[in-house]
Amino acid sequence: MKELILILISAALVNNFVLVRFLGLCPFFGVSKKIETAIGMGMAVIFVMVLASIVTWGIWNFVLVPGPSNILQQLFLPEGQSLDLTYLKTVAYILVIASLVQLTEMFLMKNNPSLYQALGVFLPLITTNCAVLGVALINTQDKNYSLAPTLVHAVGAGLGFTLALVLMAGIREKLEDHNVPKALDGFPIAFITAGLMAIAFLGFSGMITD
Amino acid sequence: MIGEVGLAIGFMSVLGGVMGLGLAVASKKFAVEHDPRLIELMEALPGANCGACGFPGCQGYAQGVLDGVAETNLCAPGGADLVGELAKIMGVEASTLEPELAIVRCQGKDANCVSDARYVGVQSCRACQILAGGTKACNFGCLGFGDCVDVCPFGAIYIGPDKLPLVVDEKCTGCGKCVEACPRAIICLQPESQKTHVLCINTDKGAKSNKVCKTACIACRKCVKACPFDAIKVVNNVAIINAENCRNCGLCTAACPKSSILDGAADSRQQAYIQETCTGCGECVSTCHCDAITGEEGKRHKINPVKCTGCEACLDSCPVTAIAMRDR
Repeated sequence: MKELILILISAALVNNFVLVRFLGLCPFFGVSKKIETAIGMGMAVIFVMVLASIVTWGIWNFVLVPGPSNILQQLFLPEGQSLDLTYLKTVAYILVIASLVQLTEMFLMKNNPSLYQALGVFLPLITTNCAVLGVALINTQDKNYSLAPTLVHAVGAGLGFTLALVLMAGIREKLEDHNVPKALDGFPIAFITAGLMAIAFLGFSGMITD
Repeated sequence: MIGEVGLAIGFMSVLGGVMGLGLAVASKKFAVEHDPRLIELMEALPGANCGACGFPGCQGYAQGVLDGVAETNLCAPGGADLVGELAKIMGVEASTLEPELAIVRCQGKDANCVSDARYVGVQSCRACQILAGGTKACNFGCLGFGDCVDVCPFGAIYIGPDKLPLVVDEKCTGCGKCVEACPRAIICLQPESQKTHVLCINTDKGAKSNKVCKTACIACRKCVKACPFDAIKVVNNVAIINAENCRNCGLCTAACPKSSILDGAADSRQQAYIQETCTGCGECVSTCHCDAITGEEGKRHKINPVKCTGCEACLDSCPVTAIAMRDR
């Protein structure tokens, strides 16, 4: 249990996907203009991350890695011969993530058209969002988590992404009312803000070494 | 025997197939019913999102038309062609809308109307108006900072050499954005066919407005007397033309001592002439407001081309349609 909580905090704060690992920066800048849409985007990303993690965990453990658990090896190859398909991970994961994003898109279009419009092009862009792919790869390839830690890690990563996005949106909403020098107005000041936030998140490093 | 490569290919195919099937099922389950006409309407609309229709953007208007709360003729930029197109998509009768143009009702360039203050603040008519009530001696005149220019989505209005806004008629769509932007309500929309305009909105008494501007309407009512069609009135010390009655004859322009009425039809105005079929009944003589028609009874009448203003009033009066219009 303690380990799971540590994974959650680690994914959300210490190794925050946006501000420490610098993954998923495209939506971080694109959808962080209003808190409302930032929350919507965060929820969509959490949803996709969790589903993608479950599916990719299954694919990794039962199809890609060699060993007794590999279904293909058991079914199609003679005893004693091992099947290593780990090189397929990126292709397979992207396929899974893209499909899940499509699913999310359809779901949102049906149930929350206003959020669907607000997210605009960034929703389909989750398809190639490196944060989602990053979660899947870290879960399987780097850490080789079992199912429970995988889920917790995915939720933590999603929460961290949402947190960064909402914080950024809050700051940018305030910035709207302020007299930003013309040369810095818009994205430049957003980049500076993001840099300062990343420095602030450095304060968490060392709390949990993993 | 299936090799490793075969297994890899097989696995990816199966994975792709499963995902594809899943999406196919989901697309049926989460299908949103779009009215195909909405997309057609959106494509037909200009997409300028100017808001002239009173709806939030082109999509809002398309939705409005679809829901039946909006007429098909509200899109000013689209013009008459678009009205027909929208009506066709919706399957209703087209109600046409005469195109309107923006008219800047002020001739107060520096030579005509002096400035009684110097302004160095934000270069915007609205700011200037709020701060000091404007720089011009005339409290109704154009300030010339170009708020109307900034707001025009079609680039149809610009500040001319006289520091007054000029409208490019070919580009103007009559969306009315400039009308809203002008803090002094100098710009108005007029039907395209209306060519005669009073270019002053000064409602001060004549004595006062005469002092501040050379081209101010002083409410002398000479135009009212000159108008044969009862189309011009003086309300609040300023002349106003009723476009329904006006025939763009230009008599008011000629009568105005302050040249504050624009005769936009001056170059294109035609004149009447009487053809050989004239029976000499004399109906037109009594109809003509300018005493331009003369002739003996029973003989072909004549029109004095100098006096004729091309108002076309005699055309209707002729029982044998012997009168026609021709270029000057």
